[in-house]
Amino acid sequence: MRRGWFLPIAAALGFAFLYAPIVSLVIFSFNESRLVTVWGGFSTKWYGELLADPQILGAAWLSIQVAFCAATIALVLGTLCAVALVRFRHFRGRTVLAGTVSAPLVMPDVITGLALLLLFVAMESILGWPAGRGMMTIIIAHSIFCMAYVAVVVQSRLIDLDISLEEAAMDLGATPVRVFFDVTLPIIAPALVSGWLLAFTLSLDDLVIASFVSGPGSSTLPMVIFSKVRLGVSPDVNALATIIIAFVAIGVLAATLLQLRSRPRRAS
Amino acid sequence: MSSHDIDHPAPRRLGWNSVERALAAVGLSGKALVIAAPALWLTMFFLVPLAVVFGISLTTKQFGRPPYTSLLTTEEGMVQLTLHLSNYIRLFTDSLYFAAYLNSIKIALISTLIALLIGYPMAYAIARAPDRWRNILLMLVILPFWTSFLLRVYALTGFMRGNGVINQSLGLFGIEPLVMMQTDFAVYVGIVYTYLPFMILPLYTNLVKLDDALLEASADLGARPTRTFLTITLPLSLPGIIAGSMLVFIPAIGEFVIPSLLGGPSTLMIGRVLWDEFFANTNWPRASAVAIAMLVVVVVPIMLLQRAQDAGQDKEGAR
Repeated sequence: MRRGWFLPIAAALGFAFLYAPIVSLVIFSFNESRLVTVWGGFSTKWYGELLADPQILGAAWLSIQVAFCAATIALVLGTLCAVALVRFRHFRGRTVLAGTVSAPLVMPDVITGLALLLLFVAMESILGWPAGRGMMTIIIAHSIFCMAYVAVVVQSRLIDLDISLEEAAMDLGATPVRVFFDVTLPIIAPALVSGWLLAFTLSLDDLVIASFVSGPGSSTLPMVIFSKVRLGVSPDVNALATIIIAFVAIGVLAATLLQLRSRPRRAS
Repeated sequence: MSSHDIDHPAPRRLGWNSVERALAAVGLSGKALVIAAPALWLTMFFLVPLAVVFGISLTTKQFGRPPYTSLLTTEEGMVQLTLHLSNYIRLFTDSLYFAAYLNSIKIALISTLIALLIGYPMAYAIARAPDRWRNILLMLVILPFWTSFLLRVYALTGFMRGNGVINQSLGLFGIEPLVMMQTDFAVYVGIVYTYLPFMILPLYTNLVKLDDALLEASADLGARPTRTFLTITLPLSLPGIIAGSMLVFIPAIGEFVIPSLLGGPSTLMIGRVLWDEFFANTNWPRASAVAIAMLVVVVVPIMLLQRAQDAGQDKEGAR
């Protein structure tokens, strides 16, 4: 029964590998000493320093606004896309749409970022819009890859969904739009929430694409973090990372619970 | 099952009928709109930009705004199309670019292999775990995937630095500190660390569907666990292996953050070359040519991925 031991040990080591760096980062964010690796006693002073840094606060606020808008655009368009791909099985250009919506998932960020920047520059010189680059261009750029994630999440929920519910509503005389809002939407709502949350966190996290399409004075949080980290490890970034990780952990927990609550029907 | 979904009286929405009728009057069906909205957005901000990159890759750098020559020029009523192939010629003749390509492919391949070796047992362990453990373990895989990518790379730097956690632990045993940062080794660790969840998740979805009866049958017929694994589990999980490997390989090829934070100055990767060409040299046409060449490298893996995922979905649909 060698295999009986091998799998749990391999999994445990794998999880240790995934979590050890994060855990040590969280621990050192409470370190008194500026030398990030020497323990100088417990302190929350880096958190205080963080909250007094206008550059970081400004960047964080910009990132939150961008993520909110991009995730919302992505939610609407990604859901439409998922509905089209799952419910309208055959239409012209289906393969192209399926390929195009999921390609940004794997497209290297440097290509997407460069491509969008060149588009914005070309559009500005031909159409005069967008005038300069900033929040608007970052939102548009993020909406593209966020949309891909929303489409994937919603698609897999729609595939699971029992189509007879929609057919029943249709037989009772409801129009397709009404079926969507009264039957489909309430059932896939948890997937929409987790899709939106995923899009929001991914937008909040993007460094490369934002670096290409942002303009002067519109640095997002990852851009500020990157320029700080490039110069070496700094304790206030540890504190910032801890705050973000805590937020994400709570968010993921909430999303997982939501999904588990929406599933038991299928399991029974 | 969920009969209350139907019994529940739906709120009246008379408005929708009239909206639909109005749209139909101008010749727009709801179906066409549902398809058109995302299709237009994607065309405008995903497909057209790629075409623009290709166009600009055929120009040359100039001083001014925009910093590239135009493709079309009108002179005395004649429209002239000028295509410069110099950027592409440079890619093949300048050994810097070629070395960066080969190195990116090498690093991406090796990291994918390591991620597969670590990720497969983890995915299998989660798939075989008791029900109440499975969701928790799965969440533990998904959690880092949601946690900031940049911050996780940053966490690694704190871990592998000269006086980082690893070297301090080694010091307790009297072992000399290792130089890990700014080496290719650090880049491998970085890629495996950040993309491991992408490897585990598709493998898990595949392995969890594996029919226990097949394994039992094989054991009953006298096959050892290793043989059962090699002849049954492994071949059946091939779509998961392909999907997971592509999800690691493709982004690793174009990776910029990991080589610039963890790698040394000699860690040439194509994503970094593109970044420097654009930001440091402001040579937009050259950067575009690098992007197009990178696209050529990732296009086959992207198609493989698409096929693996379609295969998975069709099976799902047939269920």
